[in-house]
Amino acid sequence: MTDAQLIRRVIKPGLWVLGLAPLAYLLNRARIGDLGFDPIRTITHFTGRTAITILFITLTVTPLRRLTGWNPLIKVRRLIGNFAFFYALLHFLIYAVFDRELSPVGLGEDIAKRPWITVGFSVFLILLTLAITSPQSMVRRLGGKRWQALHRLIYVAAAGAVLHFTWAQKKDIRLPLIYAAVLAVILGSRLILRPPRAVSGER
Amino acid sequence: MLIRNRPDINSNEITDERLFWGRREWLASVGAVVAGLALPDIACAQANETDKLTPYEAVTGYNNFYEFGTDKEDPAANAGTLRPRPWQVVVEGEVKHPATYSFDDLFKGMKPEERVYRMRCVEAWSMVVPWLGHPLKDVIARLEPTSKAKYIEFTTLLDPKQMPGQRRAILDWPYVEGLRMDEAMHPLAILTVGVYGKPLPNQNGAPLRLTVPWKYGFKGGKSIVKIRFTETQPMNTWQRSAPNEYGFYANVNPAVDHPRWSQATERRIGELFRRKTLMFNGYADQVASLYSGMDLRKNF
Repeated sequence: MTDAQLIRRVIKPGLWVLGLAPLAYLLNRARIGDLGFDPIRTITHFTGRTAITILFITLTVTPLRRLTGWNPLIKVRRLIGNFAFFYALLHFLIYAVFDRELSPVGLGEDIAKRPWITVGFSVFLILLTLAITSPQSMVRRLGGKRWQALHRLIYVAAAGAVLHFTWAQKKDIRLPLIYAAVLAVILGSRLILRPPRAVSGER
Repeated sequence: MLIRNRPDINSNEITDERLFWGRREWLASVGAVVAGLALPDIACAQANETDKLTPYEAVTGYNNFYEFGTDKEDPAANAGTLRPRPWQVVVEGEVKHPATYSFDDLFKGMKPEERVYRMRCVEAWSMVVPWLGHPLKDVIARLEPTSKAKYIEFTTLLDPKQMPGQRRAILDWPYVEGLRMDEAMHPLAILTVGVYGKPLPNQNGAPLRLTVPWKYGFKGGKSIVKIRFTETQPMNTWQRSAPNEYGFYANVNPAVDHPRWSQATERRIGELFRRKTLMFNGYADQVASLYSGMDLRKNF
């Protein structure tokens, strides 16, 4: 099997299964009535944490590629990133529908007046932009350099997501701090695992 | 709204008879409470339209009681280590009978009353709870505060062995809450000893806690071991923890937002969408006069 076949036939289908697993898990908990006494809160928190987790996994693709030297890995990054967006979208929609009943005034007030929601919504807009510009055709249309510059916003999104998560806590910020530490390790690994200076893409 | 333009439906088409009579029964119990307090009819009307009792499982399974952990499910899971009997309450400060009272002595000769109250958490969720308790004013009258007593302070048990959450300094233990004396003397304020006709479960603040239904839930100090009458305003734990976010009064007020979130709406546990939060949690007719002339934006 060539690398391309391995990606297409094994890794990508596997990632689809993994990417939809959190949703399946959530739906099953809903089916057996195991979403707790405030299901909307449970779903909101779960989709938010899942989005951040998958966003982090997206950010590990490059360090992992440098660590293993297996460059075809880059071909799965887009799929993983779009799953992060998918859960961010669910997170936003649950909030918009159940907490604000899709009221433009209510949503606008939250986004304008409450900094942690401003940050969360900005992260959502970044992920939306990155998802829209994720296909190969968009890379070509924007040109590689511009596309790459735009997609560096993922760092802003990741940091913003952790800030949003931390700010949302009433008092106990242990869990968000763990997320922040994990993000620091992922980003730090990029400094240690520098890209190869050589122009050649050969292994 | 569209719904209002629909033709009327006979109530027997939509209401199961059992439910109907259940509601009657519940109305009667609310009625009894209201009658006992001589509250205006309006309060009753407000309560019965949309307020259903929150199930026992939720009332005792979804709690904020950081002494047992910060997740809502933690108290029910961890509060088994609390020993609510025997229990003693120290009464001190500006009072004629300072002493250490046993739980039974504190309430000797008093019969707990059922009070169905809305409970609005500062986190914007709410419940309707049939508490069992003693009017705080009756207990205060028995203890006879001096003329210097302007405030009353309630302290929760401090014992990391019984309350494992106290091993971490998430808050400045022990938990302290306070009321102005006229608030404490209001007939709606109770010292709660039970819920749903049973003794208070540990996770709800056994064996006695404060319930002040027109204030955010955190004002209801749990597992109280000390009642202190003071001349100066007590510093309550959440105010000490984040003075820009939590004040001394903490009256439910949809017009004054928490710095980080709106207080205009709330989610009733058991419902999916939010409902409007009522001024003083729907008890404005009874308590608003306590705060006449006060700037509730400053005194949040």
